[in-house]
Amino acid sequence: MNAVTPADTRGPPRQWHRFTPAQRLARFTVYLVVVAAVLQSARTVQVIPEFLLDAPEQMQDLLKRMWPIAWSHYPQGVHDALVDTLHIATLGTLLAVLMALPIGLAAAHNVVPNKAVNLLARLLLVSSRSVNSLVWALLFVAVFGPGALAGTLAIAFRSIGFIGKLLGEALEESAPGPIEALQAAGAPWLSRLAFGWWPQVKPAFWSILLFRWDINVRESAVLGLVGAGGIGMALDSAMNLFQWDRVAMVLFSIFSVVVLAEVVVTQLRKRIL
Amino acid sequence: MKPASAAPARRAFKPDWPARAGWLLLVAYVVYAVLRLDFSVDRFVTGLGHGARFLERMMPPRIAQPDSLLTGLLESLEIAVLASFAGILLSLPIGLLAARNLMPAWASWPARAVIAAARSFHPVIVAIIFVKAVGFGALAGICALVVASIGFTAKLFAEAIEEISLKQVEAVRATGASFLNVLSFGVLPQVFGRFIGFATYQLDSNLRNSTMVGIVGAGGIGGTLFSAFQRFDYDFVAAILLCIIAMIMVGEILATWVRRVFVERGRVDEE
Repeated sequence: MNAVTPADTRGPPRQWHRFTPAQRLARFTVYLVVVAAVLQSARTVQVIPEFLLDAPEQMQDLLKRMWPIAWSHYPQGVHDALVDTLHIATLGTLLAVLMALPIGLAAAHNVVPNKAVNLLARLLLVSSRSVNSLVWALLFVAVFGPGALAGTLAIAFRSIGFIGKLLGEALEESAPGPIEALQAAGAPWLSRLAFGWWPQVKPAFWSILLFRWDINVRESAVLGLVGAGGIGMALDSAMNLFQWDRVAMVLFSIFSVVVLAEVVVTQLRKRIL
Repeated sequence: MKPASAAPARRAFKPDWPARAGWLLLVAYVVYAVLRLDFSVDRFVTGLGHGARFLERMMPPRIAQPDSLLTGLLESLEIAVLASFAGILLSLPIGLLAARNLMPAWASWPARAVIAAARSFHPVIVAIIFVKAVGFGALAGICALVVASIGFTAKLFAEAIEEISLKQVEAVRATGASFLNVLSFGVLPQVFGRFIGFATYQLDSNLRNSTMVGIVGAGGIGGTLFSAFQRFDYDFVAAILLCIIAMIMVGEILATWVRRVFVERGRVDEE
């Protein structure tokens, strides 16, 4: 695999290289492009130096304004929004699973042996993934108006690509034996799915679901910034009014929920996997 | 063959009652949550009508302001490149400090705390804080994405280092090598390929997020997108979205190519 100068015991000593010239050239090109890109970006990006000098002062000011955290704001302004956020994340994940199941099945070439269908499913998954959940939220706010419905749909549509892709990969990795056995016994397609494929991808499925739910809890916290419901709306209104002590309260509650979600996911993963 | 008088034939697939109870609970939850969030069929149906009109207005995508589109995209790209560079550079020492097999507990716990703190907020929320600290513009976006990069890459670096074989490290150590030599000859060769994989993934992810931080004023195409939305310029919105998607896909292809250059063939499956 690696280049070696022609074996010649009488000539000069052999030169051993770890990589072929092509490999070295490719690596060098990557390094060069990285350096060029970083230098070019650093030269042209617009940074206002006065703002940078000002930063420590501004940060201090921010912390001072945040400091006595407005705990009293929690019961009336934050709690409901926080619970809404969790519901948006959970419902969005469930809806995404519902839509991702058929697409994920269609994307796996050993479940649906049809190249055109595979390609179409993959295209759907890629387009779902390449649109950020905030953009999905903007689109759904424009369609359904501000509120939790837009947020839930945004979370769901962004998650389809993620769940579908990983589910499709899990299906493609599963063993053909059990399915062939069921087929030989004359099982119809649905039974093959339920008793052949499903038990094999079950652990992967739960793990993907938990992973995505964890991500969705984080993401649903920001959807409110564009009007899609949840805690982000409380954050947005507190920020627009420069009530930084309330902002601190909201940030603290987001932090707690995210940590809590991570703990729940870790525990469930240990329990069921 | 069993005699017919024996107990009723065993079913191959027994009904799983706990699972059925779980499904019931799930349905109950969905109904409760849907009622709580105030979804209704009405709203959905009117929404679909809006959706049709919305798509119609988006349909021939039109580049209303080519200048702001181009500068926005370029700025997003610059934010992503600089943030990935700085973030990955910072992640190397932090990830190393957080690796529990090479570092004592007093070094690894603070590093792990830094990583956990960097991970806990969405980049857009971090961007809000930085917009206040360093003002509107690309710098806030870069800072926010550096934090996000540390949260993700440093964690993966630490995990990769924790999985290495210590035999090679011991061998290098036995020759009397200094700590830096142990790192560069005992640790780095074992993790380099995976580091490249994480770094390209992070660049990809930063590119996605750099198009979004503009929504809170932290530079990039996001600001242009958000203001186009607020002006109901839906055809321009469509054009911006298509450009963003194209840029992200090109980035993904480049990342795959870079991974292929650095990860030797036959070892790709490990990634």
